[in-house]
Amino acid sequence: MRNVGIIMRRELASYFATPLAYIFLLIFLILVNLFTFYLGEFFERGQADLNPFFSYHPWLFLFLIPAVSMRLWADERRSGSIELLMTLPVTLWQAVLGKFLAAWAFTILALVLTFPIWITVNFLGSPDNGAILSAYVGSMLLAAGFLSIGSLASALTRNPVVAFIVGIAACFAFLVAGFPLVLDAFRGWAPQFLVDAVASLGFLTHYEAISKGVIDIRDLIYFALLISWFLLATAVVLDVRKSE
Amino acid sequence: MIRTEALTKHYGPLTAVDAVSFTVSPGEVLGFLGPNGAGKTTTMRMLAGFINASSGHASICGHDVDTESLKARACLGYLPEGAPAYGEMTVRNFLEFIADLRALRGAARGRVNAVIERLQLQGVLGQTIETLSKGFRRRVGLAQAIMHDPPVLILDEPTDGLDPNQKHEVHTLINDMAGDKTVIISTHILDEVDAVCTRAIIIAHGRIVADDTPQGLAARSRYHNAVSLQLLRPEQLAAARAAIAALPQVAAVEADETAARLTALPREGAPLLGVLSELAASQGIALKELHLESGRLDEVFRTITA
Repeated sequence: MRNVGIIMRRELASYFATPLAYIFLLIFLILVNLFTFYLGEFFERGQADLNPFFSYHPWLFLFLIPAVSMRLWADERRSGSIELLMTLPVTLWQAVLGKFLAAWAFTILALVLTFPIWITVNFLGSPDNGAILSAYVGSMLLAAGFLSIGSLASALTRNPVVAFIVGIAACFAFLVAGFPLVLDAFRGWAPQFLVDAVASLGFLTHYEAISKGVIDIRDLIYFALLISWFLLATAVVLDVRKSE
Repeated sequence: MIRTEALTKHYGPLTAVDAVSFTVSPGEVLGFLGPNGAGKTTTMRMLAGFINASSGHASICGHDVDTESLKARACLGYLPEGAPAYGEMTVRNFLEFIADLRALRGAARGRVNAVIERLQLQGVLGQTIETLSKGFRRRVGLAQAIMHDPPVLILDEPTDGLDPNQKHEVHTLINDMAGDKTVIISTHILDEVDAVCTRAIIIAHGRIVADDTPQGLAARSRYHNAVSLQLLRPEQLAAARAAIAALPQVAAVEADETAARLTALPREGAPLLGVLSELAASQGIALKELHLESGRLDEVFRTITA
C-alpha cells in the first residue's frame, strides 16, 4: 500500500506541474455552473434541490474525464519513463492503482470545488442535504467508472490524443447502454437476458438511482466491479504491451 | 552476480536474443558490445525485468528475474536506454521519489544527498528534468540507478550523446563505484571498453560471438604485435616497403602513401620491433616514429560482427 501512496502522490503532483490542471478545474467549474443555471434553469424551477446540477454531470464527465485519464499511461510509454517505473521494485497493480487513485483524487477535488452551489441552495431554501451528499457520492463513482475506462484507453496507445478519443467513445457506449436507442438494436435478435445485461451495464440507471438519494448496495457493487474490471484490463494490457 | 541461461527472446518470427548464457561476478565490469539491433538492449531489459524472456532464465543476486522479480529488482540499479525520467519533476523531487520507492528511510535517507554530491547535481536540484542538458539528464539517470547502492548495476549506453569531458566523468564514476559490484554497461564506443571494462562480450544477431578481456580481444586482431613505421622522407616508402616485406618474420606490409606510413604484420606472432629498427638503421631509412600495436578493437569488432 505504501508504494500505491507514493505513486499516487507523484502523479497528482504532476497534474499541477503544468497549467493543464488549473485549466481543467476552471473549465469544469464554468461549464457545470453554466449547465446548472441556464440549461437546468436552477432559479426558474423554484425548487431547493441540486437536480439540475447533478443531471448534467454524466455529459460533462464524458468529455472532461477522458482528458484527465488520457495521459496516465500513454505519456509513460511515449517518454519511456514506463521502463523506469516498471523496473523499480513496484508491482504492476500498485502502479495501476496509484495512478488511477491520483486521477480520481483530482476529479474529487474538482467536485469539492463546486461547494458554492451547495451553499447557494442552502441559503435559498432548505434542501435535503442527505440526498445531495448521496448525489455527490454518485458523481464520484461515475467519475471513477469513466476514469477506469480512460485508464484502459490510455494503456492501449502511446498517443494521448488517441487515448482521449477512444476514451470518449468507450465512455459514451457505457453511458447510453441503457437507452432505448441501444436496447432496440439488440431486441430484434438477441435473447432477453442479453438485452437485460446490456441495459444493466449502462451508467445512467445506476447513477440516477444514487443521485436521487437512494444508495443501493447493488449500484455500489456495480461500480466496484466495473472499475475493478477495467483496472485489471489496464494491468493486463500493460503487462503485454509495456515495452512496445 | 548476474547469471543467464539460454536466455531467448522472440518477436514474432524474429529472434532478437538467441540462447544467451553468461555469468558476471562481483568485481567485474562487463562491456556489452554489438552493432545496433544486435540484442543488447533486449537482453538488458530482460535482466531488469522490463520484458519477459520467451525462454531461458536469468537471475540477479540469485533471484530469478521472472519468479522473484521484486527481490531481483531491489538488488539492481538500472539505467534504461536514453535515461528516461519524469520531465515535469524537479531533480530533487524526482530523486526523492526514487528514494521513496527504494524504501530508503532513517539513516539510509542520507543516500539522496550523497548521490547528489557524487554526481554534482547540487546546481540543478530545483530545475525540472525536461529543461536539463543531455549530460545532466544522463547524470540524473545515473543518480537514480545508484540511489540504493545496489550490488548489481546495469547501464544501457551510459555515455551515449555525452561530450568527451562528460564521458570521462562517467568513466571515472563507474571505475570508482565498481569495487565489488557487478556491472554491465552496453556501448558501441570501443574506447569505453579499454577505459572501464574488465571483460567484454560481443553480441551479433542475438548471439554471443566473443567473450574475453579487452586485451584478449585486441590480441585477436591481425594488428596484434604489428609494428607501424612513420617515415621521415616519403620518397623512401617504396624501397622500405620492399625491404620489410623481404624479412622472413613479416607476413604482410600495409602502406599508407599519403601519411608515409608502413604497417608490418608479424608471421605467427614473431617479434618485429627489434628486427625492424635494425633494418631501418642498416638500410638508412629515416624514421619519425616506430610503434608497436597491441591490436585494433574496431577491426576485431568488424571482423566478428560482420
